[in-house]
Amino acid sequence: MSHTTPAQLHHAATAKLAEIRASGKPLTAKDRAAIPPQEMPSQDPDVRRGNMNEVALGYSPEQTQLEAERCLRCKNAPCVSGCPVRIDIPAFVKAAAEARFDDSAAIIRNASLLPAVCGRVCPQESQCQAPCTLGKILKDVNKSVAIGRIERFVADLQRESGKLEILAVKPPTGRKVAVIGSGPASITVAADVRREGHDVTIFEAFHKPGGVLVYGIPEFRLPKAIVQQEIDALLAMGVKLETNYVIGRTRKLRDLLEQDGFDAVFVGTGAGLPKFMGIEGENLVGVFSANEYLTRSNLMRAYDRAQAHTPIYPSRQVAVLGGGNVAMDAARTALRLGADEVHLIYRRTEQEMPARVEEVGHAREEGVIFHMLQNAKRIFGDDDGCVRAIECLRYELGEPDASGRRRPVELKESEFVMEMDTVIVAIGNESNPLIRQTTTGLKVDKYGRIVVDETGQTSLDAVYAGGDIVLGAATVILAMGEGRRAAAAINARLANP
Amino acid sequence: MNRIISKKQLSAEVFRIEVEAPLIARERRAGQFIIVQVDDTFGERIPLTIADADPERGTITLIFQTVGRTTHLLANMNPGDTVPALLGPLGTPTHIENFGHVVCVGGGIGVAPLHPIAQALKAAGNRLTIIMGARNQSLLILEDEMRALADDLIIVTDDGSRGRKALVTAPLKELCEQDPKPDLAVVIGPPIMMKFGAETTRPYGVPTVVSLNTIMVDGTGMCGGCRVTVGGETKFVCVDGPEFDGHQVDFDNMMKRLRAYKSREDADHHACHLQLEADKRAAG
Repeated sequence: MSHTTPAQLHHAATAKLAEIRASGKPLTAKDRAAIPPQEMPSQDPDVRRGNMNEVALGYSPEQTQLEAERCLRCKNAPCVSGCPVRIDIPAFVKAAAEARFDDSAAIIRNASLLPAVCGRVCPQESQCQAPCTLGKILKDVNKSVAIGRIERFVADLQRESGKLEILAVKPPTGRKVAVIGSGPASITVAADVRREGHDVTIFEAFHKPGGVLVYGIPEFRLPKAIVQQEIDALLAMGVKLETNYVIGRTRKLRDLLEQDGFDAVFVGTGAGLPKFMGIEGENLVGVFSANEYLTRSNLMRAYDRAQAHTPIYPSRQVAVLGGGNVAMDAARTALRLGADEVHLIYRRTEQEMPARVEEVGHAREEGVIFHMLQNAKRIFGDDDGCVRAIECLRYELGEPDASGRRRPVELKESEFVMEMDTVIVAIGNESNPLIRQTTTGLKVDKYGRIVVDETGQTSLDAVYAGGDIVLGAATVILAMGEGRRAAAAINARLANP
Repeated sequence: MNRIISKKQLSAEVFRIEVEAPLIARERRAGQFIIVQVDDTFGERIPLTIADADPERGTITLIFQTVGRTTHLLANMNPGDTVPALLGPLGTPTHIENFGHVVCVGGGIGVAPLHPIAQALKAAGNRLTIIMGARNQSLLILEDEMRALADDLIIVTDDGSRGRKALVTAPLKELCEQDPKPDLAVVIGPPIMMKFGAETTRPYGVPTVVSLNTIMVDGTGMCGGCRVTVGGETKFVCVDGPEFDGHQVDFDNMMKRLRAYKSREDADHHACHLQLEADKRAAG
């Protein structure tokens, strides 16, 4: 497989940028549309499938400027409406085009607290880059301005140069806020509430903070050092952190308000109860939820076999069930842990896959074998109760369902069997029951998700919620948006004693 | 927090430590467990029973057998040392009420989780018959503590080195044959013992509670590694359990799942024992 090296991409961009700058004329829309879309430099697929290092390496400054020059500077800025936190995209892209990278980063930070994270994990092609005029003109959403990659570059530059400012904190108000969980929604709430001078304590059940950014998303897609830097920034603001502390068990939610002196609570516990298919053989040895598989590798560092105490199952032939980012993460992790073959089984087509396009591309380049329009029917075990094979059914696409995606319809008697020793189920999560089971009066919907009003407040006074515990499995940026909203409501509440 | 106050070796491979954990000591109820980690970067998260707690002093008592790396490392820690990570109390507490006559059956290390349950049942006014069993006399633990709670105490060993030479199922069967039969049986021990304990009570229709100890990562419902089949349905031991109707649990599947990392565990066990030996020699 041909792989363009980061140096080649950089040199091509530098030459092109020099040519544009040398002409001295302002760029017309036609000129901008003619600039080649900048490919994301990446590790060679043959090399990276043997390591845990980040795959996407980030643009060079020249690539960033060149990509930013592709922006048509539309008056109506359709991209902004595609962004859940309404970042002023045309402004930060223009600043990047002019190599005013600090300004660019500052513009993003006005709206988003975690640009280095979002630049990496946002599904841009279905958010800001979906309505991009350039993408429409070129009739390919993947040729839209690479807003996320520009965001990542300027955010990384700011981080790496040590220019990341600790947000200013107002004088102490004496009011206390508890934040439950430490994922993206909670990080946002903690920062926004702390800024107003309130005392903030984050309660995290795991031994390390960061939530899904740490236990779920692998190092090769989001380096843990970046998450740690965001957590360190919170701690530098004076946010307190209690790890190994599970609300609902170590302390009840109501106790925080009634006995521990907290004036408000934010619940950002995420969607942490893995779904299984409900098929025969699912409790065999060698069947894992993606949560378990990824947590063992990421949070518990089982990939580091020399040092980690936590074991991870030795796999040769792996089937991953699902088509989202988590499925891609699990499949690519299995490859890196030494599996000979990894098969990704999805019952619709690549068109309907919820995973980011870039992750699907990366998985394919690394050698994950895609089985579209297929689904597991049952799993066979050997005498020791270990996975031996998987039986699948073939599907075709029928009429669109409630989600707007075409419904997969099974083809009768299309069963076939593939030998496997490991099956990873990545079909999503339900909401974790701990808080709702131990908090009377907290209203949840039929899926167990916490019901909130337009300010993020739950059915209980002074208790707010956001992120996946409200939305079901969603994205980092949506969780952040929810956190922003709840933080605003909490701040408004505490401003009036 | 998490400072070890005292440590005692109860048998060749079983240790008891008392740890400062005031929040857990205050909230814990009978039947609950904790997750422990001996290194918060590379350590494994493993579930351990809370054998006792003292809310006044803010301490909990853990009793564990050295099986894998974490339990060996924990056994090597000493009073004054701090356990890097301790999460809990986890799991749904035991349902406690005055059932009448309850038979509590503890096999080997299973006496440790049984102890707080027996305490709570006794406090609720139940008459307790306690059956304690082990392979031999040296593996019996908490005998004095259990004797203090029992209206009747029956001790059995596989080799007859103490008490009756029998398996715990023999006296359990005899109790089930009495009239009136016991109102409830609580059976905790190695999976194979719980399986046969449940089979013993089944024909007599004596409701039987078992407490399962499966492989876990987070202990809060997030990973599903602890799942078991109960009455044909998948349940998570960490949040739905650890206690279940023993007549409904698929023990064979559970025992197979417990062996998922057996080769790694055996290697660690072996390596840790070599290390312990080497330490002893160096010290000696």
